[in-house]
Parts: sequence; C-alpha cells; structure tokens
Amino acid sequence: MADEPLVLGIETSCDETGVGVVRGHTLLADALASSVDEHARFGGVVPEVASRAHLEAIVPTMRRALDEAGVTLADVDAIAVTAGPGLAGALLVGVAAAKGYAVAAEKPIYGVNHLAAHVAVDRLEHGPLPEPAIALLVSGGHSSLLLVDDLAGGVQPLGATIDDAAGEAFDKVARLLGLPFPGGPPIDRAAREGEPDAIGFPRGLTAPKDLAAHRFDFSFSGLKTAVARWVEARERAGEPVPVPDVAASFQEAVCDVLTAKAIDACRAHGIGTLVIGGGVAANSRLRALAEDRCAKHGITVRVPRPKLCTDNGAMVAALGSHLVAAGVAPSRLDLPADSAMPLTVVSV
Amino acid sequence: MLVLVLDSATPAVTAAVVEVGEPGVGDPGVVVRAGRSAVDARAHGELLAPQVDSVLREIGARPRDLAAIVAGLGPGPFTGLRVGLVTAAGMGQALDIPTYGVCSLDALGWSAARVNGPGRAAPGKVLAATDARRREIYWAVYADRVRVTEPQVGRPVDVAAAVARMGVLSAIGEGAHKYAAVLPLALLDEPRYPTAEALAALAAERVRAGRPGERLTPLYLRRPDAVAAAGRKPVLQA
Ligand SMILES: Nc1ncnc2c1ncn2[C@@H]1O[C@H](COP(=O)(O)OP(=O)(O)OP(=O)(O)O)[C@@H](O)[C@H]1O
Ligand SMILES: [Mg+2]
Repeated sequence: MADEPLVLGIETSCDETGVGVVRGHTLLADALASSVDEHARFGGVVPEVASRAHLEAIVPTMRRALDEAGVTLADVDAIAVTAGPGLAGALLVGVAAAKGYAVAAEKPIYGVNHLAAHVAVDRLEHGPLPEPAIALLVSGGHSSLLLVDDLAGGVQPLGATIDDAAGEAFDKVARLLGLPFPGGPPIDRAAREGEPDAIGFPRGLTAPKDLAAHRFDFSFSGLKTAVARWVEARERAGEPVPVPDVAASFQEAVCDVLTAKAIDACRAHGIGTLVIGGGVAANSRLRALAEDRCAKHGITVRVPRPKLCTDNGAMVAALGSHLVAAGVAPSRLDLPADSAMPLTVVSV
Repeated sequence: MLVLVLDSATPAVTAAVVEVGEPGVGDPGVVVRAGRSAVDARAHGELLAPQVDSVLREIGARPRDLAAIVAGLGPGPFTGLRVGLVTAAGMGQALDIPTYGVCSLDALGWSAARVNGPGRAAPGKVLAATDARRREIYWAVYADRVRVTEPQVGRPVDVAAAVARMGVLSAIGEGAHKYAAVLPLALLDEPRYPTAEALAALAAERVRAGRPGERLTPLYLRRPDAVAAAGRKPVLQA
C-alpha cells in the first residue's frame, strides 16, 4: 500500500554499515558494506577500524539502497538509525550521518534500539508480529528472552545470559578449533559433517537448582570452557581434534538450551508465538530445532531469513516504520548515541 | 552563494552559513551570515545537527538553498572529527551539492596571517597547533597563509625544537596555548579554534569556480589502536 510509511534505516553499531528501505512491512532495499575482513586477523572487531570503515562506506551504501529501492530521500517519510547499544564510535558515525540526511531532506529522525530492531525485522518476512509474543534474541553481544507486549514501546526482559552471549560462544569456540572469525558460520558448516551427540557438553543453567533462580537465563561460559578442556586434552594426548564432531556437539548444546528455555517462556506466559532474532538466529540447527520443538508444543515460530538475522539496515527501517505507523513521536536532533542503551528503551 | 561550513576537528564544534561572493583587495569575499560554535569535546554528535538547523533558520534559509558544503578535514581526535565529516557528506549527498575539504590547521594559519596582517607585529612564520590528546599536538607551520610543512602530530617538546630550527616566532591555536610553557613562541590570543570565515575563505575559489565536489577524507595522522573490542574475554585464562 502506497500510504504505508516509507522509512530508511541506518545501522552502524558494529562492523556492518547497513542502509535499508522499507515500506510498511515490505522490504525494498537492504544494502550492506562490511569491514569484517579488516578485523579477522585481530580475532574480534577493532572499534576504530570499524568507525573508519563506516565513514567511508556510508555514502555509497546509501546510494545503493536508494537505487535498489527506486526512491529518493525526498520520498521517505522518516529516517531511523541505530542509536545503541553498540560500539560508541561506530554508532556515532551512523547517528551523525542520519542527522545530516534528516536535516538536509527535512525529515523526522528516529533513534532506535538495535536489539529491538533484531526482533522487528521479522515483520518484513512474516508480517505484523502478534502481540504479545516471546522473543529470543541471540547475537554477538546479547542472549535474552523478552516478553514483547508492544514492539513500539513495551519490551520486558524475562532473562538473559549471565556471562557470554551465544554468538560470543560461537566465536570463541571457533577460535579454539582454528576456524575464522566470526565463528558462527564456519561452526554451522563444520557441524553438518559431525555428530551432535558425539560429545556430551554441558547445558548451562538447566539443572533443577539453577532453574529456581535462573529459569530464563543463559550461561555459555562453562560450555566454552568444557570445549576448551576437551580440545586441550586431545591435543595433549597427541590425537587429532575431530572438528566436525566438536562443532556439532557444541552447537547442539547451545541450541538445545536456547530452544528449551524459549519454549518454556512461551508456555509459562501462555503465548503462542516465538520470534527469534540476532546473528545466531542464522544458525541452521537452531532454526531446525526451534521449528521441531515449537511444532510439538503448538507454538508458531518466526525466524527471518539468515541475511536479515545478522546486522543490517533493513531491520532498523523495519522498526522505524513500525514506530511511525504506531504514531510514536520522532527523536530530537540532539539525540545521543548510547553504547549501553537498555533493552527496554525501543526509541529515544 | 550560500555555503554551509562545518568543523569538528577540535573541542569546538562549529556550523555556519556563509555567503561567498566576489573577493576584493584584502577582502576574501566571504561573509558569515549566521554561525554557532560550542566548546565541548564530548558532545559533537549531539551539538552539530541542531546548530546546522538553527543557523539555517536564523537567516530564513532552507537546506535546499545551499550551494555547497565546506568541512574541516582535521587533523583532530577521530570520533569528533568524523561527526563533522559524515554530517557534511550526508548533507551533500542528500542535497546533491558539492562538498569541499579544508585542513583545519590551515584555517588557523589563515587567521594568523589576518591577525598579523599589514601594520601588525609578529610577522614571519607561524605555528598552528591544536590538541591531539595523549600529550601531543597536531601542528603545521605557515608563512603568510601558505602551509610550509605537512600537518603532523607530535610531542610539544619535539615541535618546539622543530619550529626553532625553522625560525618560527609566533603560534596560534588552543594546542599552542595549552603547551605555551614548552613552546617559546609569541602567542596569538584568538582564534583558538578554526573559524567558519577562514574555512570558507580557503575553499571560496573552489566554490566560486563550481569545482567538482571532493570526497571528505579525514586527516587522521595516527593509525587506529588495533585492539579488538573489550568485553569478550579470552577463551581460557592462562
Ligand atoms: N550461522 C550462524 N550460526 C551461529 N552463529 C552465527 C551464525 N551466523 C552468525 N552468527 C553469530 O552472530 C554474531 C553476530 O550477530 P550480530 O551481527 O547480530 O551481533 P552483533 O551485532 O555483533 O551483536 P549485538 O546485536 O548483540 O550488538 C556473531 O557472534 C556470529 O558468530
Ligand atoms: Mg546485532
């Protein structure tokens, strides 16, 4: 429908420069530039390298997005931008750029939460999100279960990781196994050749005594240490490390806990919709296991296509268009980038 | 022609709308119609866009009335510097108008020559310096507005030795004031930071000639600290 809001989204919270264009629930463009290769040799994202790359990439990425969508800045109804959480310097490039575009084109600006955008992006794939819904947010920096009463403003955390994020665990285990950064995709690939029950790695915070205090929380640090010990023992014994089996067994442990707790949250709150977002939602095993288990419990699971799970501009535009449609007031031009923006703040 | 001028290379963040007309004798042909400057090194991202909005409003202009954008390229602390450059680049793209870059130290060099102008004391070579943090300064030397060194970053004591060899007598800029005790030079009191008038004057020829717009490449002068983001701990404590 032509009267649905046309919104541009800008994402620069980490190492991806993303510009997306969305009309209502329809994705029109999703342009992306990544500095991931520049960080690979450091085994993690170098903030200043990422910030420099954003500055170089933003104008050409904007050009591609507008061309792909076949629109001009004058056509858009609003500009949304990730205001946090993320790397401070990287966020600031996107926020300042968005303000430049907004001032020049005389458009309202929405500073939005990156994590809420990871959840909102599913609107582009599966239409409006039934509310309330349970959201499982699993990314490089976060692992949370959320009760979403209203995506435009009412997001309530049920639990979160008490140590490493799920994506972080993938990245660290990949490093142990000599696989490249970021570790999610190569582990996903290696695991296809391995046995998920080859090694019985621990499932964090699932013992009855842990469930009392941490029913909806996660812990992946013990799992990572268990993998490290197992690999070390093999190496010390001079035996080869069966990378596919380790990858598959580790991945199984992560996906088992994520899906079990997500379904438990749905049942505890009597909610029939689970939406999964964030980079780890691109994981093939997580997607399959969630489908499987949700089907058994009569829960509808919604996971966007892998490209929309990792950071991108379309997710920011998707949340922005929802905010515009919901009549949420735009942000002020002096909106700050907030590297520690809390999950409960959807827009500033 | 109405030109927007932005600079965020120092603790000062500056936005101005400048009328660029024909130059005369001793007249660069630039008139600042409205300008804002605030000194707050940590709030460039919050301050700049509202400044742009308010200078345009003050003269009753719309963004589309702008013919070009001039931006200070630094050198300057990275995070703040990028705010001005990405704002300029985004606005230039949105308005489809050219952007021109000026070395921010050149703006100080230009101002020094004005202050030093005919009939004034302290002629000759001038050091322009801004604060580079980490107890260093960004600096360059000017002879009658012409830069005679590359923009550099260094320790004030080393800069003092270098400019002594070059016969520099005076200095301008907040970097020179901050390290006045180490730099034995006559200090020019004002301006401490790059001014919109100077930046506009230095780009005026390009603006008038309608030269092709330039990509705004920051003068970082330092490599990034290549340390991966904190918070993701090593796999096993050694
Ligand atoms: N197929 C996959 N399987 C598992 N993990 C994956 C897969 N693809 C990507 N990831 C992981 O997703 C993470 C990146 O996700 P995302 O881009 O959402 O994180 P981020 O933006 O860095 O963090 P946050 O969103 O918390 O700020 C990385 O840790 C990466 O290893
Ligand atoms: Mg993310």
